[in-house]
Amino acid sequence: MTWWETFRIALDAIISHRVRSILTTLGITIGIAAVTLSVGLAQGASSQVTSQIDSLGSNLLTVMGGYAQPVDGASGATATDPKPISMADADALADRDVAPDIAGVAPLINTGFELSAGDKVVGTSAEATTPAWLGVRSRTLAAGRFFTDEEQADSAPVIVLGDGVASQLFGDPHASIGRMVSASGNTLQVVGVLASAGGGGGMMNADDVAVLPLSTYLERLSWGDESLSGIYVQAASTEKLTQAYQETEALLLARRGASTAEEAGIMIMSQQSLVEAMQGVTNALTLLLGGIAAISLVVGGIGVMNIMLVSVSERVREIGLRKALGARRRTILLQFLTEAALLALVGGVFGLLLSGGVAALITALTQFPIPVSVPTVLMALGVSATIGIIAGVYPASRAARMAPIDALRRE
Amino acid sequence: MTALPTDEAGPVPVLQLRNVWKTYRGDGVEVHALRGVDLDVHAGEFVAIMGPSGSGKSTLMNIIGCLDVASHGQFVLDGEDVAHMSDDDLADIRNERIGFVFQQFNLLPSQPAWRNVELPLWYARVKSAERKRRALDALARVGLADRGHHKPGQLSGGQQQRVAIARALVTDPALILADEPTGNLDSVSTADVLGLLDELHASGRTIVLITHEADVAARAQRVVRVFDGRIAGAAGGGAP
Repeated sequence: MTWWETFRIALDAIISHRVRSILTTLGITIGIAAVTLSVGLAQGASSQVTSQIDSLGSNLLTVMGGYAQPVDGASGATATDPKPISMADADALADRDVAPDIAGVAPLINTGFELSAGDKVVGTSAEATTPAWLGVRSRTLAAGRFFTDEEQADSAPVIVLGDGVASQLFGDPHASIGRMVSASGNTLQVVGVLASAGGGGGMMNADDVAVLPLSTYLERLSWGDESLSGIYVQAASTEKLTQAYQETEALLLARRGASTAEEAGIMIMSQQSLVEAMQGVTNALTLLLGGIAAISLVVGGIGVMNIMLVSVSERVREIGLRKALGARRRTILLQFLTEAALLALVGGVFGLLLSGGVAALITALTQFPIPVSVPTVLMALGVSATIGIIAGVYPASRAARMAPIDALRRE
Repeated sequence: MTALPTDEAGPVPVLQLRNVWKTYRGDGVEVHALRGVDLDVHAGEFVAIMGPSGSGKSTLMNIIGCLDVASHGQFVLDGEDVAHMSDDDLADIRNERIGFVFQQFNLLPSQPAWRNVELPLWYARVKSAERKRRALDALARVGLADRGHHKPGQLSGGQQQRVAIARALVTDPALILADEPTGNLDSVSTADVLGLLDELHASGRTIVLITHEADVAARAQRVVRVFDGRIAGAAGGGAP
């Protein structure tokens, strides 16, 4: 018996029970599709988040405040009065004498609202900030201009739209300039449209944004006295990032009379630390999704084992005949193991085709990338064949151990 | 491997059973299916084994066919002592020395006739081209040269049994063991299959036929009667 002949018998057995084989492989198909899709989804999310964080610029620090941390784990006491980040903090950081390695500072309130123009309504995230934002965030304009210091001082009703928002409301960035949009009952004039920062789907789309003066927001749109969400700090260069980080931290700690960032309730993040934090999250997500999906693979494997047991008990006479004609135990064992492995492998191939199709469909509909990589494909095929072999061991060894007379005599 | 000494002069028998016992144990009860069987079958003989059901006939056939092993006693097949062989060694013996013909034909329904016939050669690790040639040869010998690509379902009962006989011949075994080969056939097919066995005997094959039908047994040179686990009134057999 050569490998090819063993394979031929197995294939023949699978094809002669077509419906049953298809139903059995379905379990593995769904399992493999679920695993590859969920891993692909998590990897897609990871690469997207990473590229968006990258697009923030490599010399950017983000300061966030208001983090009340337990100072003493045993007593559970929290830092006394975590001071929110204020405009005064931003002004202090902008002082070149105190912080020479900081090139620019943009205080920020993160918010979101619905913008409407005519009969169109678009929900967007919004950043209320100062004119320094454009340089600090390394963004450029596709049309019009950014708002000015005067407009900031006057709380002027102006707004700058992201590329995505502008095209949804007015169809074209240039057509947006000078148009009016309303937000929470206020009418604002569009003075500029940001150049696209790469777009992409998901919740961190850099083009799905609106930027307006901080003063305008506080005076016209906010519900009351709001503290800052954070401060963007731009280092003089990528090489000066560490110094800028230290200057920022030292200054903010000194202003709060605290010795550690935890005690002060602030958090300073560089793009690198953001990437690491996000990758930690997406890795956990990959494991979680993959783990849940793997359970369906185990269920699929049990299905294969079940059908192999049925197959063995149905073919008792055939096994008896083969043994009578001289098949050794090992030959019978190999025959049924091959059949189980092939059954699962076929399921795996269908699973990959299914996940490839679904991934392409999701990408086409949402622009969300779901990579199905070569290692994923190879691993999926290896895993499904292995599942088949493991599921086949018990049924195959039962077949191999059968006594030829018992097997021949049974009706 | 040495043959047991025989009472008769001449060549070593193809089958030589000496004081063969087969005991089944279940629920504390011992059932003796065979109680000291002695039997010689010489090369070229056509022997029928007869007996009512429960006589131990099937057990004897299983032991002769190396499908089961004796609890006690000695059994030499074609010069080789097979009484105490392992499963896999018995599989090889069955493959090389015995050609089986079953009452139920036992053909694989999904495979064409020639694939069924070449099956024993697979387990003998014969190369593919050689297998096909020998399978078609064997089919020609049973008069089914033009039916090689038919599946069992497309053949009559008599033709199916001819395919099974071709499968028994294909390894050129020392012994053809036919277990009620006409039990599932009509009278025309029965005559057909028995005629074929006669032909094979005439060409020098050793045949052991198990049956309960006297007219079938009458075709043999010698009839061995099994009763109550012993051989009774047999020419050439008998108690030591």
